[in-house]
Amino acid sequence: MSMVSETATAAAGRNTRSAGWWIVALAIGGILFALAFAPFLFDNVRSQQVAARICIFIVLVASYDLLIGYTGIVSFAHTMFFGLGAYGAAIALRGMGPGWDAVAVGTLAGVGAAALLAILIGLLSLRVKAIFFAMVTLAAASVMLVLASQLSGLTGGEDGITYRAPDLFKPATKLWLDADGKVATLWGVKLNGKLAAYYFVVLSCALLFAVILRVVASPLGTVLEAIRENEMRAEAIGYRVVAYRTGVFCLAAVLAALAGSVWAVWLKYTGPDTALSFAIMIDILLMVVIGGMGTVWGAVLGVTLMSLAQFYLKDLMEVAAHATGDLPLLPELLDPDRWLLWLGILFILLVYFFPKGLVGTLAGKERRA
Amino acid sequence: MSATPILSLSGVKTDIAQYHVLHDVSFDVPEGGVHVLLGRNGAGKTTTLRTIMGLWQARAGTIRFRGQEITAAHTTEIARMGIAYVPENMGIFGGLTVEENMRLASHDGTFDPDRLSRIHTLFPAMKQFWAKPAGALSGGQKQMLAISRAIIERRDLILIDEPTKGLAPAIIAAMIEAFREIATESTILLVEQNFNFARSLGRGVTVIDDGRVAHDGQMDALADDSALQTRLLSLSLDQHQ
Repeated sequence: MSMVSETATAAAGRNTRSAGWWIVALAIGGILFALAFAPFLFDNVRSQQVAARICIFIVLVASYDLLIGYTGIVSFAHTMFFGLGAYGAAIALRGMGPGWDAVAVGTLAGVGAAALLAILIGLLSLRVKAIFFAMVTLAAASVMLVLASQLSGLTGGEDGITYRAPDLFKPATKLWLDADGKVATLWGVKLNGKLAAYYFVVLSCALLFAVILRVVASPLGTVLEAIRENEMRAEAIGYRVVAYRTGVFCLAAVLAALAGSVWAVWLKYTGPDTALSFAIMIDILLMVVIGGMGTVWGAVLGVTLMSLAQFYLKDLMEVAAHATGDLPLLPELLDPDRWLLWLGILFILLVYFFPKGLVGTLAGKERRA
Repeated sequence: MSATPILSLSGVKTDIAQYHVLHDVSFDVPEGGVHVLLGRNGAGKTTTLRTIMGLWQARAGTIRFRGQEITAAHTTEIARMGIAYVPENMGIFGGLTVEENMRLASHDGTFDPDRLSRIHTLFPAMKQFWAKPAGALSGGQKQMLAISRAIIERRDLILIDEPTKGLAPAIIAAMIEAFREIATESTILLVEQNFNFARSLGRGVTVIDDGRVAHDGQMDALADDSALQTRLLSLSLDQHQ
């Protein structure tokens, strides 16, 4: 970078941040802290399950944002790539046994299949109009879902596959022993395989998220934004748009597949509902919109808010229904069975008050990733 | 002036959907200086630039750049050969900063400090708004950015479409100086409606009318012949003084 641009960038960095930027920064900081220390902060299994899911979905949603937010590519095949990664690891772990070799082979196979399919779809379809490309990806995802259900010998069909993770992640594994030869504890948490499994998810996702951040902060990220703004202009200054679009589609597919493999190792079960369903695709879309399209950090907020609502809104409504039991109408409205209705209302309110998503609206022009 | 033209169009015909826009366009752009493409609204000037740039494909005819045929070349290849295009609507990326817009046009993403300094001298606003989103610039500043982007690296040929459209006279005066400076190292093919602006810069001139070349010659000769101006452009220079 030239001295001139360094000076200008430094000057931009000295600008006073808005209140919205600070709110976003604090919220994201809080979430990342909670995710990094979840086993020490929340002692129940469900909380750790939610935290691990949030970590994996942050990568999945951020990688999807590379497509829809940064490049303007609408794809419905992202869960297909996620599923390929998950099934790759799952099939290998079932076939080869619970070893790291199986994880490596399965992940490579899943990622390779995802990359190959992405290149094929990209080269064949990215020249067409956005709506036709979206339809092609929808068709491909549907075919993959049907295949996963039909090829039951390989995929376990609708029942999916259950398998064991590497021995390091078994709850009985002792990571550290105390003076008595028992599993050591840190702040009351046993240093066992369960903890190792959680940090395998956290570190893997942190690495993948860092890759995504690097991509959007690099010159490639700027080119992608230029393509999203105006393809013709990007071509007129020398960028081959189809190559870039295919490249980023492939990159997003690889990242989704890697997230899928991590998900499979954590969950020790892979089936259509957990790795390939259209419900996951809808979740990804909602999370991107809530967080803010074209903002990688928005994925952190979007995924966390949506996941917490999906897992805890019902509980919260149950408490609220009990608390308002003596009042008319409210207990009926707050009946936990109506949680989906409230989730829908919450989503509409978020879109209405934060039309560019949480990060896009609050941080506005100050966002750089 | 070199005898070999840097750009040569021969019998170029371009269709846009079912419309035949360019019927038979042939002219040469000599190397160095500013060559102006004049014509009434809808005559085919912008289509000519877009055809040269590969944004519209010519149905017939040939386009040669430095003797190499580029008629069917992809826009990206044409840009990489050293032809820059500044479209009528400025062609900037409003969501990116001024710096990012400029960096996009740089071959390896870095700037030559001398060149950048020269651009900042030509257009001080670019330095002032370096880290600001390009979408927040005024019309004149956006035009300056579009031109700065075209010259952030040395280009052999720069196609510029109506750069003065909607700009204040003070900015137009600054543009004239900037274009004179740019023309010392690059050839400019300029589409312009403002005849005074065109006359102050142009060495050669091609007039297009109804998709055909109606006149090809020296700007001085056209500027001195008000009858010819009236016939070709329905104007005389006197009316524009």
